[in-house]
Amino acid sequence: MNQSSPGAPGELLPPSAGEPQRQRKGFALGDYVERLALVIAWLVVIVVFSVLAPDTFFNVRNFTTMFGTQTTLVILALALLIPLTAGDYDISVAATLTFSGMVVAVLNAQHGVPIGVAIAVAIAAGALIGFINGFFIIYFEIDAFIVTLGTGTIILGLTLWISASQTISGVSDWLSSWVVVHRIFGISYEFYYGLLLCVLLWYVFDYTAIGRRILFVGRGTNVARLSGIRVGRVRWGCFIAAGVIAAAAGVLYTGTAGASDPTSGQTFLLPAFAAAFLGSTAITPGRFNPWGTFIAVYFLVTGITGLAILGVQTWVQNVFYGGALVVALSASQIVKKRRERAARL
Amino acid sequence: MDHTVVVRDMSMTFGGQRALDRVSMSIRRGEVHGLVGQNGCGKSTLIKILAGYHHPDPGGELEIDGRPIKLPVRTGSASELGLSFVHQDLGLLPSLTVVENFRAWTISTKSEWLIRWSRERERTEKAFARFGLHLDPRAKVADLPAVQRALLAIVRALDDLSEYTKDDDSRGGLLVLDEPTVFLPRTDRDRLFEVVRRSVAHGASVLFVSHDLDEALAVTDRITVLRDGRVAGTVVSAETEKDQLVEMIIGKRLEAFEAAHKAHSVADSGHVTVDRVRGGSIDDVSFALDEGEVLGLTGLVGSGFEEIPYLLFGAEPAAGGRVTISGHEYELAQMTPSGAIKAGMALIPADRQGAAGVGSLSVRDNVMLQVIDDYRPYRLDRRRYLRAAREALHQYDVRPPEPTMDFQALSGGNQQKVVLAKWLQAAPKVLLVHEPTQGVDVGARLQVFQTVTQAAAEGMSVVCASSDYEQLAAICDRVLVFAGGEIMCTLVGDDITKDRITEQCYMSARTLKPDKDLRMHA
Repeated sequence: MNQSSPGAPGELLPPSAGEPQRQRKGFALGDYVERLALVIAWLVVIVVFSVLAPDTFFNVRNFTTMFGTQTTLVILALALLIPLTAGDYDISVAATLTFSGMVVAVLNAQHGVPIGVAIAVAIAAGALIGFINGFFIIYFEIDAFIVTLGTGTIILGLTLWISASQTISGVSDWLSSWVVVHRIFGISYEFYYGLLLCVLLWYVFDYTAIGRRILFVGRGTNVARLSGIRVGRVRWGCFIAAGVIAAAAGVLYTGTAGASDPTSGQTFLLPAFAAAFLGSTAITPGRFNPWGTFIAVYFLVTGITGLAILGVQTWVQNVFYGGALVVALSASQIVKKRRERAARL
Repeated sequence: MDHTVVVRDMSMTFGGQRALDRVSMSIRRGEVHGLVGQNGCGKSTLIKILAGYHHPDPGGELEIDGRPIKLPVRTGSASELGLSFVHQDLGLLPSLTVVENFRAWTISTKSEWLIRWSRERERTEKAFARFGLHLDPRAKVADLPAVQRALLAIVRALDDLSEYTKDDDSRGGLLVLDEPTVFLPRTDRDRLFEVVRRSVAHGASVLFVSHDLDEALAVTDRITVLRDGRVAGTVVSAETEKDQLVEMIIGKRLEAFEAAHKAHSVADSGHVTVDRVRGGSIDDVSFALDEGEVLGLTGLVGSGFEEIPYLLFGAEPAAGGRVTISGHEYELAQMTPSGAIKAGMALIPADRQGAAGVGSLSVRDNVMLQVIDDYRPYRLDRRRYLRAAREALHQYDVRPPEPTMDFQALSGGNQQKVVLAKWLQAAPKVLLVHEPTQGVDVGARLQVFQTVTQAAAEGMSVVCASSDYEQLAAICDRVLVFAGGEIMCTLVGDDITKDRITEQCYMSARTLKPDKDLRMHA
């Protein structure tokens, strides 16, 4: 090291500092293909099924049904996205959904509580569940996976208790009318609720300071802490948000059927994870993101609907969702490794 | 003369840099041989060659108990060859029991169907008895005091050697102790040396690597000093004084040091005062610094100097003490990073990827994190945000100045510039840095120096904890030398040279107070 001639920092500047941006153009196409790979795969799936089943698959009615019926899953996957971004698993979201749907049904149909109040109680219950999850995870520093496995099971037990293990029907028509009956462009209202939430989360993650902070907490807890972010509060808040949104998904789920059963909500858990992870390979690869998740849900549903139309039996759903989760995880791992490798070169 | 280990003409080149230059040394049978020298003198390179971790340049020779050893040493064959190592981290699994740790290597490599725990326990107890160690084999390692853990690691290493025999069936071999005592209080060290002496009596030789010259002189028979990759000399411990050793380590005699500037005992003046910090291995440290001053903190491994920035920032829990910044007083026991930032502090930790920046996020997000609230937190103007990030990258000469790149894709030096930009944008009053140029190339190192001194020139107070004496000499107005968790002396003015700092680190290296309970460094 030559200490006698330190020189000004300016001397070491490259002649043109704008160059690297131009160099990057060469990679842009590859970047776009990666970002849109899931969309392309979705289109391919649509084309394949349209060719195989031109009458039954490729018609407006089938598409409006596909779009109109998956909102519960979309919203649940979006709920899951928030703690995932902060670096935590929340596997109690499906139980929260089931519970909140049942709370609405029990209060409204059995006890005659006005539907608006019943919904408010259900959402508040979701917030409380998130708060309790956060309490154990942050305060006692227990692994989120285990805590939410436990709380999720407790919540399912409570659901069975308040419903006496029965399906409860007779929920106010008002709810159903605002969820599935009214349509815009032939698609039920609920689709647009999912879309709105997606826009909202996209805005929060990409355009607000809190969104940036959540991301830092998820990627580098220690960096976030040493940068003055109150890591515990951020994570706790994410669990509460997940509880609230999962509860909202439960309200819609009850609205879809006009009734609530105490177990079927649990089947949403795996598809929600599959959609969140599959979504993290698209739009903003390597990052959990709302639009990727949104597209992933419809990609998965299109595949399953197509297979069902071709006459494949229902067991294929499990195979499809489970397979998608594993494939999505592998794909996102490849993306991550590639970026790290690129960084080392 | 009967030699256990003979090293001849050993050289090692890393990318054109000679880390070892024709090093020759020999360790006698039944001898405790010391190896000392500054950071980067080649000590650890030599040991890593013995362990088979490095492939030395051709031409070097290694002989153990008269048998020539083929170089590079085959990894994993150390105990077969008669070599056994205990490193600073001891290599124990704290959550397992003593016997599980003691026999871990043998148990996991022997192809036996069934582990007979009673037999393993017996064997362990026998080995312990041989070296006068009283330990319950069933105790959990995590529950043991630090000295017992060190002893366990050493006796385990000796036990590995006991299966090795020389050609003539007598016991031999070399135990390499690579600073296992750094974090031990002095009284406890005596017990450790007792074990070392017993092992020598059993026929083994010991290579004892240490920064603590008093300790090395007390426990060894001879000492070899390495300097800049060469052997500066080998001396007989009993005939050598500490200052002679220091002279050999530095390579020249310095004028006598006037310890006129005893550490400011009470922090009373200055822009920033730190009053009686306690926590970790730091005990009651006070100092003050002025606006625009760059204060260096240094010492040898285990002296605790590097904990100060983290204690002040609330990144590590402090047991007590106060910091005053521009008249506002803060209790350190209640300090948190977010509180420290509000108080006007900024911390640049040594662990760049684990604590300073997130590798998988963009440079823009990393550099803007501290000032993000200036950009309307509920409606980030992305274009303005990106432009500001790009400007910051240009200002701090980050190359390439591309805000959308991953942080991990930058070189070490450029990552450090991003981290500096991140914190300096927020205009802190006190900048705390730890090893700011570790893993940074020479050009960027100079820029980091400039950035730090520039920040100081603008009125920031800078605390730089570093074991890079050259760096301290380049940027500091004052240097505090630590030992045993306390400030031992203060260097100012012409005394801030690399050699003087080195000398004072060695001269003031005093071991910890015997009554002090130390946390074990993981």
